[in-house]
Amino acid sequence: MSKRKPYTRPMGPTWWASHPYYRFYMLREGTSVFVALYGLALLCALFALVKGEGAWNAYVAAMSSPLAIVFHLVCLAMASLHAVTWFSLTPKTMDIWIKGKPLPEKLIVGAHYGGFVVASLVIIVAIGGWL
Amino acid sequence: MSTAEPTIKVEVMRYRPEQDEKPWLQSFDVPYRHDMSILDALHHIKDNCDSSLSYRWSCRMAICGSCGYMVNKVPKLGCKTFLRDYIKANGGPGKIRVEALANFPIERDLVAKIDDFVEKLEIIKPYIIREEEQKLADGAYKQTPEELARYKQFSMCINCGLCYAACPQYGLNNKFMGPAALALLQRYNRDSRDQGNGERLPILNSEEGVWGCTFVGYCSQVCPKGVDPAAAINQGKVESSTDYVLNLAGMSKAKEYKDSRKQTEQSCGKGDCGCGGKS
Repeated sequence: MSKRKPYTRPMGPTWWASHPYYRFYMLREGTSVFVALYGLALLCALFALVKGEGAWNAYVAAMSSPLAIVFHLVCLAMASLHAVTWFSLTPKTMDIWIKGKPLPEKLIVGAHYGGFVVASLVIIVAIGGWL
Repeated sequence: MSTAEPTIKVEVMRYRPEQDEKPWLQSFDVPYRHDMSILDALHHIKDNCDSSLSYRWSCRMAICGSCGYMVNKVPKLGCKTFLRDYIKANGGPGKIRVEALANFPIERDLVAKIDDFVEKLEIIKPYIIREEEQKLADGAYKQTPEELARYKQFSMCINCGLCYAACPQYGLNNKFMGPAALALLQRYNRDSRDQGNGERLPILNSEEGVWGCTFVGYCSQVCPKGVDPAAAINQGKVESSTDYVLNLAGMSKAKEYKDSRKQTEQSCGKGDCGCGGKS
């Protein structure tokens, strides 16, 4: 009779906590929660803007509270981490060959940062012009 | 053995299915030499301390893929990992824990049950598929160095399973095809001689295919051969998305293949017989 009895190790909900690589992965994925929250805050701004001057002023006042400023700083840090980690992964998602050689990873990552800077400048200039 | 010889503490996971309910750790003091690998330490234990210890190994040169273990919770090849990197003098923790590869059931001691992994390697059709075979008289299928370079990296896999031990998605749900199988799928899809893209796309497109991956990326970190399965999978997501858009335009290769299968099944009534609808 076979004595085989393969043992499957359990994988609990805290599987990620025991290893630094997995912990950083969870943080990286967790940044999306803060990006979503900031998106909601922006959406609220849009609603307030549509509603009228009173609503807009109330929104601005609410956003000036120390708690709201801390919230924005945390969101900024999380969004930055989100962007940096994503940019660093982008070469793995692309299979671009030019003249028989794969496109250098640094070029792909650099192009993303370049695009990020250009897009930011365009938005800043556009908003500046609008104001 | 002189008493002055330095030793290092090695904890080894033991699991003897005929008498143990669950795995446990056995500790050994192994004489340390600068050139000793984890595999050498296991050999020392088996030869001098406990001959009942079971572990897989073969080539001792990182090409057979047999000696994958968890070394201090990190998937490693036993032959390619050295005691010297774990001693305190070199900034290491001073002790070593060797366990069976994570995310696989344990057969005995350090022997992981990798049947599921091997089945998945077969599922992705790891062979050149031709719509029409070239005549023998026409000679071999030719390939330029560039065409070879397009898939060579993904062909370096030695099926050691370290990437599966590193993949939490596979650990949480082993229906996921996993890193090595999907990298192997890309290896054939990228091969200029292969025409089986449409046949493999349904596997690639599925939830258990590339979309089961959340880009943890640890598979590529632990790969001892630099295959970079995370790149293979995430480039597969681009291909899968492209096929989705092509499908909306009625040009999906996956659908083309499925339709041709249906026709074959209708004409011979079986489909899986391999007759190609001729019987």
